[in-house]
Amino acid sequence: MVPPVPLDLAAELFPNGIARYAIGGLLVGLGAAVIYLGTGIIAGASTFLESTLSYVSDADRFQQYRPSRDWRIVFTLGIVGGAAVYALLFQGGAWTTEVQWWRLLGGGVLVGVGTRVGKGCTSGHGVCGVGSVSQTSIVNVATFLLVAIGTALAVQAAGVTP
Amino acid sequence: MSEGRSPLFLPLILVGGLIFGFGLGYSHMARPEVVLNFLQLTDFGLLFVMGGAAVTTGIVFQLATRFGDGAPLTGTAYTRRLKSFDRNVVVGGAIFGVGWGLTGICPGAAYASLGVGNVPILWGIAGMFLGAYAQGVWRSRRTADEATPATAD
Repeated sequence: MVPPVPLDLAAELFPNGIARYAIGGLLVGLGAAVIYLGTGIIAGASTFLESTLSYVSDADRFQQYRPSRDWRIVFTLGIVGGAAVYALLFQGGAWTTEVQWWRLLGGGVLVGVGTRVGKGCTSGHGVCGVGSVSQTSIVNVATFLLVAIGTALAVQAAGVTP
Repeated sequence: MSEGRSPLFLPLILVGGLIFGFGLGYSHMARPEVVLNFLQLTDFGLLFVMGGAAVTTGIVFQLATRFGDGAPLTGTAYTRRLKSFDRNVVVGGAIFGVGWGLTGICPGAAYASLGVGNVPILWGIAGMFLGAYAQGVWRSRRTADEATPATAD
């Protein structure tokens, strides 16, 4: 075996190249930056869950987000709409996942609990927190990355596909 | 906050959300399979998504906190996102990690996934609401039970 040259290694680590990921990531950051520069708000996606629950529950935990619940809905509708624009321009129609419904539901419950207990998600901690060089966020991101990789590899080893 | 809001406040949030969501679509993060490919170590592209986004916000936060006088639409001072550290940061991160590893979905990407036409993601979004509801009710109850205030965010 000839030792892999750097190009082969890059092709192996990034079978789909890096352009779509890097450009998409810059746009995600730009979206957060536009909101931040205009309003001073550091937006995260997961607080929408709790703030929207304030419409149906009187629990303090949700009511504390009352002042922000309207713009969080607008932010979320923007995310849905922006992705729909992408789909219309580049995807040529709807795309649907093969991941089974029970995985989506069960994993979704854990995502809902975990992001709220841990004070943020991939956008709040992962993008804005890391961008703020917050040690709290860096610890949170390192934790969820390692646990998620372990979980995904275990699920794969157990033969659950997709 | 609603009193000091400019009429441009909600339109600007919408524009930011549109760019954010377009970026999630473009980066393929709206597809759980692509996130799972990263978590199963077969495509490391996700590092560029998170990295690209964090570098962008990092530069903007840095410049705004140093040179900005305050946000034009709210008058709020620019700050960085610095949350207090406690055990919950690790416990919550681990619970989220199990969920993310099981499904390849996180909140922002799940909303974007609906936008790219992925209707089954509604199972995941329903799950997130259930999870957030369960922990919120449980925490509110615990806070009410305790004489001393519980750890706040």
